[in-house]
Amino acid sequence: MNNSLLVVVLASGVAYGTPLLYAALGELLAERSGVLNLGVEGMMLVGAVMGFWAVQRIHATTTLALLGAIGVAAIAGAAMAGIHAFLVITLRANQIVSGLALTIFAGVAGLSSYLGNDLNLARSPARHQFQEIFPKSWQDLPAVGPILFGQSALVYASWACVVLVALYLTRTRLGLNVRAVGESPAAADAMGVNVSAYRYAHTLVGGAFAGVGGATFSLSITPQWVAGLTQGAGWIAIALVIFAFWRPTLCLVGAYFFGAFTALPFALQGHGITVAPELFQSLPYVMTIVALVLVSSRAARLRFGAPAALGLPYVREER
Amino acid sequence: MIRIERRLEQPRWLSVAVPVVSIVVAFLFATVVLVATHHAPLHTFRRLFDAAFLGNGALTETVVAATPLAFTGLAAAVAFRMKLFNIGGEGQLYAGAITGVTVGLLLAGAPSPLVIGAMMLAGAAGGAFVAAIPGLLRAFFSTNEIITSLMLNYVVALILDYLIFDSHSYLRETKGFEASVFPQGKTLPNEATWSSWTLHGLVVPLGAVVAVALAVALWGLYTGTRFGFEVQVIGDSARAGRYAGMRTRRKILAVMCLSGAIAGLGGASQDGDFRHQLDPRGLTQANYGYTGIVVAALARYNPFAVVLIAFLLGGLQNAGFALQGADFPNGLVGVLQGLILFCALGGELFVRYRLRIDRRVATAPEPAS
Repeated sequence: MNNSLLVVVLASGVAYGTPLLYAALGELLAERSGVLNLGVEGMMLVGAVMGFWAVQRIHATTTLALLGAIGVAAIAGAAMAGIHAFLVITLRANQIVSGLALTIFAGVAGLSSYLGNDLNLARSPARHQFQEIFPKSWQDLPAVGPILFGQSALVYASWACVVLVALYLTRTRLGLNVRAVGESPAAADAMGVNVSAYRYAHTLVGGAFAGVGGATFSLSITPQWVAGLTQGAGWIAIALVIFAFWRPTLCLVGAYFFGAFTALPFALQGHGITVAPELFQSLPYVMTIVALVLVSSRAARLRFGAPAALGLPYVREER
Repeated sequence: MIRIERRLEQPRWLSVAVPVVSIVVAFLFATVVLVATHHAPLHTFRRLFDAAFLGNGALTETVVAATPLAFTGLAAAVAFRMKLFNIGGEGQLYAGAITGVTVGLLLAGAPSPLVIGAMMLAGAAGGAFVAAIPGLLRAFFSTNEIITSLMLNYVVALILDYLIFDSHSYLRETKGFEASVFPQGKTLPNEATWSSWTLHGLVVPLGAVVAVALAVALWGLYTGTRFGFEVQVIGDSARAGRYAGMRTRRKILAVMCLSGAIAGLGGASQDGDFRHQLDPRGLTQANYGYTGIVVAALARYNPFAVVLIAFLLGGLQNAGFALQGADFPNGLVGVLQGLILFCALGGELFVRYRLRIDRRVATAPEPAS
């Protein structure tokens, strides 16, 4: 039963979906505060390379080394997001161009490869990596075993993050303020909310999440440093936020859905069925376009659409 | 207390000074990065500059790298000018490469000028077709074109992969030893190879000439036609355009298609000028579309400046490619490009705004200058 197509696809969908989930949660926080950051791919790659560097250099027990590596990855991602935040919030630059610049700066042909090369990280396996935390007997349970218990700590931590972000946005004063900043910064400003501070904080936290998402590749999925190892996951994460209508819980569903599409062609091949993998790989993108068109009507957009001030700089004097 | 005020008039000299200063500051930042990682900055920049512009045959290679960037840069500039954020230049270029190479293969045996002309038309049509999708969605459903055009990049990239790696399409080479080792596209016949001219050792491909001609044509379109005027008005204020009776939906669609067509032409030029076959790996790894947006932004959407910036960034890319190896810092070119762009974006603030330093002791309001 545990070798059946459905179980295999779902279990690997969860594994492949986890980096997407982290990155999408981060992007969601930034976008909810009104900052569109197209640099996710770059932030993920820098997080991946720095996380991997940390795990190779920290001499400690596996748990401590991995925790340290995740911390370093988060800081690296946040540092990259800081550039974007400074440019678009303080210097009021175009968010699209700045985000793309961040991807070029930090991406495959940029800083992440520069660091990977300079720190001599390529072609060595990770000294520590995230492994399944539940005992083997649990993992052998039918169906739920591989899907729920066959995962690494990063997967379970991501579930906690989803719950925390969802509660934060709907049940806390700060979270409600963030949404006000993203929907109508002028109104938030009039309420006494510091628009710039909120945008800075959420863009930085968003970058930290993206960094952790990248480290999921270099410490768990791959697990080593290869230039450009995210292979476009950052862009899928951006699509995912839209597909999930800017809601954390839907992000979780969407991430595993998209993750399963990555896994499906390989699983099918194992069952002797050859389908062009491109067909499945293109589905997340097509579905995002369809979802976006479906919520394009005015009424639907108010309820499910993007934060109204997404992508717009806020200048108090120019309302 | 430092205040940021919007300038009422933007002085002309600033639009030249800011990019120049941006590039200088970017190199200063890059120096910091290089020193921090124990590389010799001056030596590295010298090698970069040699490989880009001064070395033997360097200029020819720089033109090769700059030509697609000029196309995608012009494509992005056309759309961004109307505040249509078409970031699908990447996919539109791929589409143009697919249709261009298809026509080139189909018309094998026809007279060369005819084949080349048909390839250009097909490339432009392919790019325009892909761009029309986000254009239509934006015009009739007000769907955000940033995301839809971005998503289509991946869809078209996957189609590209499918045509060469996972199917037995017309475009894939099935005969020969090399094709059996690694899947590749059919090679274009000689009559589908675009012409080039050699001036003092510098090879100028047809695509580069077309790109420059396009820049001139676009400048004419902006400054001398009603269409250009309406695009400018709608870009500044869509509402004002509508009140003045301009047909904004049509204009959105037209500008998107024009932008896509230019990117598609760049794709056809990749086939005809440089690659001579459909090359999915080469096209997708080059990131012409995304870099084109950077080029357009640095050029502040001015078509002539696009050509100039494409040449400079093309030089940088060519250098990065030529110097790939153990002794040259890998990834430096991306870092440098990113830094230049960051600085230019930051510098934009000083074109639109000015900083004023208020002294608290001042009691009387300063006279408006």
